[in-house]
Amino acid sequence: MNRRLWILLAPVIGAALALLAWAAFAPIQSGSREQVFDIPQGTYARRRAGDLVEILPDRIRLTLGINDVLLIRNQDDVPQTFGPTIMMPGQSFRLPFERPASYQFVCTAHASGQLTIDVEAEPATPWARIHWRARHWWENRKK
Amino acid sequence: MTVNAARFLLPVLLGVAGMVVAEPVRLTPPDDLLKAGVLSPALPAPELELQGSDGKPLNLARFRGKVVLLAFGFSSCGEVCPITLATLAGARKKLGGDAADVQVVYVTVDPERDDAARMKKFLGSFDATFVGGVGSRAEIDVAQASYGITSARKDYPDGNYTIGHSSSIYLIDRAGRLRAVMPYGHSSDDFVHDLKILLRT
Repeated sequence: MNRRLWILLAPVIGAALALLAWAAFAPIQSGSREQVFDIPQGTYARRRAGDLVEILPDRIRLTLGINDVLLIRNQDDVPQTFGPTIMMPGQSFRLPFERPASYQFVCTAHASGQLTIDVEAEPATPWARIHWRARHWWENRKK
Repeated sequence: MTVNAARFLLPVLLGVAGMVVAEPVRLTPPDDLLKAGVLSPALPAPELELQGSDGKPLNLARFRGKVVLLAFGFSSCGEVCPITLATLAGARKKLGGDAADVQVVYVTVDPERDDAARMKKFLGSFDATFVGGVGSRAEIDVAQASYGITSARKDYPDGNYTIGHSSSIYLIDRAGRLRAVMPYGHSSDDFVHDLKILLRT
């Protein structure tokens, strides 16, 4: 490799290594540990009218230590059942998770009536942090 | 070439070293946050109109001034209910003197088999202060619906049956407001943590 090519490539390689090192070793931080979902006003009425509107995803992925609190806000005009409780109009339900597992909940905001929450362990190794960041970027690239 | 490489790689390596030794910054939840799922704003808990295993009418107003742990189950349950009741009994023991301000109410989802005497015997094997709720099928259905409790009977060929049911525990504060819901599977320590918060607020 001649000297000129090296001068051109060295910053690129350095930047790539720096990015990889950051992804592997920098602590993952988030502004809030709450993952917020709103059930909008009119959801029940739209369902009754035959509109299979999906308010929440069928599967929600949470990560311990990063976003491990589910916050569901019922802004609809009627009560909504989520998992173990009935949320009245205007009420919210804040559910923290402390153990990695897959949780199944009954949820009337879903057309299927079912919601799965996958709670993952905190990414503690360099590879786990790289994997988490890559997946997080991929899932949020269109937002 | 070596000098150039060093110029670019040295800062990278130093940065990596810094990040390796850096302590991860965590957002630690405040101590007053419950481990249970919290309903906000807290609204009055749906009232019960049942018969108690202690021979008295069972309603939540009876226990105003105490923190009530309300759950649903049945005395023939072989798995979930014994674990839940043992957990709640363990939490009361750990609370010591504060346990006097905590009332466990366990409502049957099997009114065909559970009467007051049977519930009293079943609950008494865990904690003599636990109060069971019994009633007619219609009365139990009303109680279940008001808390969003689901149950499904499964019959066996030998004529016996079991009941799958919601297994969360409802935390009702001293003022009778439904404050939180603890999903099944939490330890007695988690209940003690939340009860201490509810007892002082």
